[in-house]
Amino acid sequence: MSMTIEEKKAQNAALIEEVLKAYPEKTAKKRAKHLNVHEEGKPDCGVKSNIKSLPGVMTIRGCAYAGSKGVVWGPIKDMVHISHGPVGCGQYSWAARRNYYIGMTGVDTFVTMQFTSDFQEKDIVFGGDKKLEAIMDEIQQLFPLNKGITVQSECPIGLIGDDIEAVSKKKSKEYGGHTIVPVRCEGFRGVSQSLGHHIANDAVRDWVFDKTDPNKRPDFVATPYDVAIIGDYNIGGDAWSSRILLEEMGLRVIAQWSGDGTIAELENTPKAKLNVLHCYRSMNYISRHMEEKYGIPWVEYNFFGPSKIEASLREIASHFDDAIKAKTEEVIAKYKPLMQAVIDKYRPRLEGKKVMLFVGGLRPRHVIGAYEDLGMEVVGTGYEFGHNDDYQRTTHYVKDGTLIYDDVTGYEFEKFVEKVKPDLVGSGIKEKYVFQKMGVPFRQMHSWDYSGPYHGYDGFAIFARDMDMAINSPIWALSKAPWKE
Amino acid sequence: MPQSASKVIDHEHLFREPEYQDMLANKKKDFEYNHSDAKVQEIIQWTKTEEYKEKNFARQNLTVNPAKACQPLGAVFVANGFHKTLSFVHGSQGCVAYYRSHFSRHFKEPTSCVSSSMTEDAAVFGGLNNMIDGLANTYNLYKPEMIAVSTTCMAEVIGDDLNAFIKTAKEKGSVPSEFDVPFAHTPAFVGSHITGYDNALLGVLKHFWDGKADTTAKLERVADESINFIGGFDGFVVGNMKEIKRILDLFEVDYNVLCDPSGSWNTPTDGEFRMYEGGTTKETVEKAINAKATIVFQEFCCEKTAKFIEEHGQEVVRLNSPIGVAGTDRFLQAISRLTGKPIPAQLERERGLLVDAMADSQSHLHGKRFALYGDPDFLLGMTGFLLELGAEPAHVLSTNGDSVWAEKTQALFDASPFGAGCKTYPKRDLWHMRSLLYTEPVDFLIGNTYGKYLERDTGTPLIRMVFPIFDRHHYHVRPIWGYEGAMRVLVDLLDEYFETLDANTIVPGKTDYSYDIIR
Repeated sequence: MSMTIEEKKAQNAALIEEVLKAYPEKTAKKRAKHLNVHEEGKPDCGVKSNIKSLPGVMTIRGCAYAGSKGVVWGPIKDMVHISHGPVGCGQYSWAARRNYYIGMTGVDTFVTMQFTSDFQEKDIVFGGDKKLEAIMDEIQQLFPLNKGITVQSECPIGLIGDDIEAVSKKKSKEYGGHTIVPVRCEGFRGVSQSLGHHIANDAVRDWVFDKTDPNKRPDFVATPYDVAIIGDYNIGGDAWSSRILLEEMGLRVIAQWSGDGTIAELENTPKAKLNVLHCYRSMNYISRHMEEKYGIPWVEYNFFGPSKIEASLREIASHFDDAIKAKTEEVIAKYKPLMQAVIDKYRPRLEGKKVMLFVGGLRPRHVIGAYEDLGMEVVGTGYEFGHNDDYQRTTHYVKDGTLIYDDVTGYEFEKFVEKVKPDLVGSGIKEKYVFQKMGVPFRQMHSWDYSGPYHGYDGFAIFARDMDMAINSPIWALSKAPWKE
Repeated sequence: MPQSASKVIDHEHLFREPEYQDMLANKKKDFEYNHSDAKVQEIIQWTKTEEYKEKNFARQNLTVNPAKACQPLGAVFVANGFHKTLSFVHGSQGCVAYYRSHFSRHFKEPTSCVSSSMTEDAAVFGGLNNMIDGLANTYNLYKPEMIAVSTTCMAEVIGDDLNAFIKTAKEKGSVPSEFDVPFAHTPAFVGSHITGYDNALLGVLKHFWDGKADTTAKLERVADESINFIGGFDGFVVGNMKEIKRILDLFEVDYNVLCDPSGSWNTPTDGEFRMYEGGTTKETVEKAINAKATIVFQEFCCEKTAKFIEEHGQEVVRLNSPIGVAGTDRFLQAISRLTGKPIPAQLERERGLLVDAMADSQSHLHGKRFALYGDPDFLLGMTGFLLELGAEPAHVLSTNGDSVWAEKTQALFDASPFGAGCKTYPKRDLWHMRSLLYTEPVDFLIGNTYGKYLERDTGTPLIRMVFPIFDRHHYHVRPIWGYEGAMRVLVDLLDEYFETLDANTIVPGKTDYSYDIIR
């Protein structure tokens, strides 16, 4: 027997109360502001966000360096990204996000490599600027086809007062105006990876846009249909399965930010007619900047699941002429049979299943539509590093009574899942094995569990298959021994 | 349209479809402004040359694709090896997300660890408040019996004093005064993950043996007949620890394992998440001061810890990751000498079985050239075994091995005719290795998951035996130490050899005369 909305709300509220009891009073008071039950009609989800994680609790969050190097800059494929500081940060983020690209790695592309200044004690004591200069010389010598260099600051850089901006300017001049971008994304800055996205966006503004001659490529001929994909990191090829649709609509994708992206694409983006923004959280800053400075409008889109894809394609097309609009309808019509076939195949196996999510970026809201296309219901969701505007946007996706948890701690998440008993949890690698041990089906929704793409029509078929394989795996029936039943 | 509901195709095949190939070609042509294909080819060829190698080896400042991680990772490994102990890293929180992910990706297991989540204000004012609140939260929420504290580079640069901080936190009531909070300073800009292991284990032993940060009397050593065993940072810890315990049990020796994470990284899927499982108990740590001797399996990973134990009156036997016959012989002989017990007949038989297997297969590995990289102790063990097999460990490279390690490895080369011409490369990285594989090719490469980029670029088949292994599953549950471990290593080496041979001979009617079924 299913609960009424009011019963569900009361149950979720009681659950939050119960979870908070485990904390010391001061901590409980703070955490209470991050947990809520969504009330339909409210302007946001009623939780505080983008606030410091509490010490000593198991936060799922990362740091500013992760936001800059790991998300925004790292996938730019023809630049060398130096993890500047001790060896660890670069090592742990090495090729971990599956930012797919085409290129000859180590020769003209560098994404799945780890370049580090490997700070030693003497670098902390005497500063690392001299070393950084020497490193850049060595990069120029050993990787002559690199199209640029970024310096991704790790924690010690800001603390010891290194002047990476001066080094970058000096060396850029020395190499004839070579693009060199210092990024002050020290891990202690801000409260999560979110500030790293912002800092990285600002670095694009200050060190790429402001320093690039707008006539650098006279052979670039603009068209009325030029768009740039912003905020797609091409995880498992997501940006490719998105790009193909935009091109089928008759648009010309002049840049991909930043999955499979190049510095040339970044430089040409101010010539776009429209920026189409997938990950709002990580790249709204640069989109707003381009709007203000170059007058380029931007539009958010969601390419998870046919309902949202269809709406997004029309929304993007609405910024163009009737020819594009007509073609867009053709694209939607073309893929309809595929989408219907996917839904016919998987929906009967997934109908009514409950999902709990906890991810970063846009995913805590954007994937909800894809689940609903398959007849599934998202009963709890939250952001690792969302801001209030993310929680506002979330209201358009979640149902009344949905459990909301911002910057959830390991403890809370486990308790919520224990009580709510979802059929599937979608979160990250740190959470994956916890829930699988509990016998709960799980998909990593950062890395697509090494599958993908999940974006676009081609991606939805894979998404549906993967959710089916997770939930309906025979493994879960084996997790309790028969003599324990 | 390449996709279909009846046969869903994912990234492996989707992007090879003509629509996508056209799309990618157009992207490249119109927007990427790449270098010409000819130029790219020219540079590719250049990177394979002796000239490039010389430039590459001349680099003094840049590190590319290092085979090492930072200290705190080793500290988290250690904390995971103690019973009901939660690892608490004092510093910025992003680091902890990385350690947890890194271990989870390797072991396919949850890894619990908390941080004091220091941000800008802590950078200015110090992280004391984070420690006070953090310990209280950890203690109340996760109910550990011990909290093992280590640091990130941030806390080290600003100079936070763990001893004083923990003391103050206890005074403020974060945790009860008698609650055990061993600690270690583990700056990421000193050493590597093996240094972190050493410091963190030392921190635990110091805490319990030397008076719990001056709050109790130091333990008095009353010698008994037990033996301590310390494994070191080990990506195969689940399988290795099981094997070592089996060996010690066969000897019927009273032993104390100091730091045993084989339980916490090997829990069942049965409906329950166990945050704490297994691990060395406090009682064992305290009892271990009385042991007759300590056997350290990884000398370079346990330098300070070994010295500390010696200073407390025990003999320390230092080994280097025993892989193969002689390495295991030394281990067993050490136990036998220390305990006065004979080598168990079963182990003697297992030794014979290993030698028998090596004899059966030696012709396939004899004279084969290997390149290997990893932590210094692993490399010493593995080099020894390759030499026993009549193989040539041509390039032995370590990012965190120093000149002392290199000399020790050279001594191994010198003691075997198969070591002639083999070289060690201390403090080098995988981009150096790439040059070596081009200019002085070998038959096989032994390393970790990152070695697959070398396999791709240079065509050298990779055998995964070094932490971390992300792209193959469950390697860590089978041992590589002891005679049984050596059997596994032998089979893995042979498998790769036979796979390579089959792949080279599989073309029907052309090369398949050598596609033999009996070997």
